[in-house]
Amino acid sequence: MSLRNPVARTRIFLAAAFCAFAALLSGCSQDKTWDLDNITGIVSPLAFSLTDDTGRHVTAETYRGRIVMLYFGYTHCPDVCPTTLATLSQALSKLGAAADKVRILFVTVDPQRDTPPLLKRYTEAFGPEFIGLRTDDPALRQLAKRYRVTYSLGKPDAHGNYEATHSSAVFIFDGKGKARLMAESSSSAAAIAHDVQQLIGGA
Amino acid sequence: MHSLLQSIALFLIPWEFSPTVLLLCAGSVLLYVRGLRHASGEATSPGFWRIAAFFVGLTSIYAFLQTHLDYLSQHMFWIHRLQHLVLHHAGPFLIALAAPLEIMALGTPRWLRRGLFAPVFNNPLTLRLYRLLQHPVVAPLLFTGLIGFWLIPSVHFKAMLSLARYDVMNWSMLIDGLLFWWLIVGPEKHTGLKPLGYGTRIIMLWAIMLPQIAIGAYIALSSTILYTSYSVCGRAWPIAPMTDQDIGGLITWIPAAMMSAVGALVVLRRWRNDSHSERARQSSLGMEVQ
Repeated sequence: MSLRNPVARTRIFLAAAFCAFAALLSGCSQDKTWDLDNITGIVSPLAFSLTDDTGRHVTAETYRGRIVMLYFGYTHCPDVCPTTLATLSQALSKLGAAADKVRILFVTVDPQRDTPPLLKRYTEAFGPEFIGLRTDDPALRQLAKRYRVTYSLGKPDAHGNYEATHSSAVFIFDGKGKARLMAESSSSAAAIAHDVQQLIGGA
Repeated sequence: MHSLLQSIALFLIPWEFSPTVLLLCAGSVLLYVRGLRHASGEATSPGFWRIAAFFVGLTSIYAFLQTHLDYLSQHMFWIHRLQHLVLHHAGPFLIALAAPLEIMALGTPRWLRRGLFAPVFNNPLTLRLYRLLQHPVVAPLLFTGLIGFWLIPSVHFKAMLSLARYDVMNWSMLIDGLLFWWLIVGPEKHTGLKPLGYGTRIIMLWAIMLPQIAIGAYIALSSTILYTSYSVCGRAWPIAPMTDQDIGGLITWIPAAMMSAVGALVVLRRWRNDSHSERARQSSLGMEVQ
């Protein structure tokens, strides 16, 4: 089979293309190291400029060296936020003393109602590692866009109450601020604890 | 009135501004309009419908890449499917029907043609790649392969979480759409290749239809949520995830596959016109012999 022969060349090319495609597909299969979704190299690194629940200005640098879990929610959230935060709290208690190496950043999508004192009371209820963060609309929209998530506020009812839609993702960053894993509202505390333990161990 | 203007402005402002999209769309319009001016009154001047097809096709592509529709496509599965229906099917189909390259070449300044277009398009590597991609077996495989590839749930999930992957996905769909429909309903001349037979084109259209029906039906009839990124990242407005997925599957299934029927109608019409003129030519030749 001569390489000068166009038919042979086409055949070799098609075979090579098929192998490349198969390799690509097998590369997409789940790795067994992590229980959660591995987002290394996919999601942007940690970067933000926000106000924390004590009124202090904070950036990603503030939490460098710690495992950071970033979550978008709001304190009036009826179900998803409290259950997700409770799961994270359970995961931290499984970690024991190592939990201090973790910070959970709860960014409110409802800064109008979520004043710093309210945020502080809400996040403290889940544990000392939980910190409420807030900012106003253009900056909040930009931050959500950076993590490819969205939120929207519903119309207020007669009592001025309204619901918000938001992402259910918990983005987990390593000590260098690199995005590593993603937990969802359905992830178990055991899975989160297992993976965070590995991250603390330097995996 | 004020709030109306505000919402129109909000709609038109790009969600993720892309200089590439702006440059390519504005550049194409500029070359096309210059070319139209050159061609006005001459035989090469395209009629109203071809000009309209060009502008509608290009505008719809721009709208799905650079307006609020792009935001909605990122946060609602069925709008994402609609986005790909425009980027991979309807938009390129209209542009191929308009066959604007001849007009655009008329409008291209000499420095641009000599400095950029001629070296790139006449490059043997470009021509070889073009010939490979436009092979009658490769083209339908690529067309349906790309649809299938980006709809593999794990691939789709990552494309929706990474701006870079999202851009690669949309560009691959758009470029492949332009190549495929150019091959099927584009002009007969200036393709750089011997035009495909009409029968071959009908077979290709049929070949891309069946996998699209299969993929669309699989999504629409699936009883589990296949594409979780929309739930995880938040939807543009509250809608049941299952409803979102069902509509998205139906868009992939019916209108996308229907494009093959529309394409086949165009091909059949040209086939008939060609055989008519062929017969006319033969009969006039016969007259001469007599």
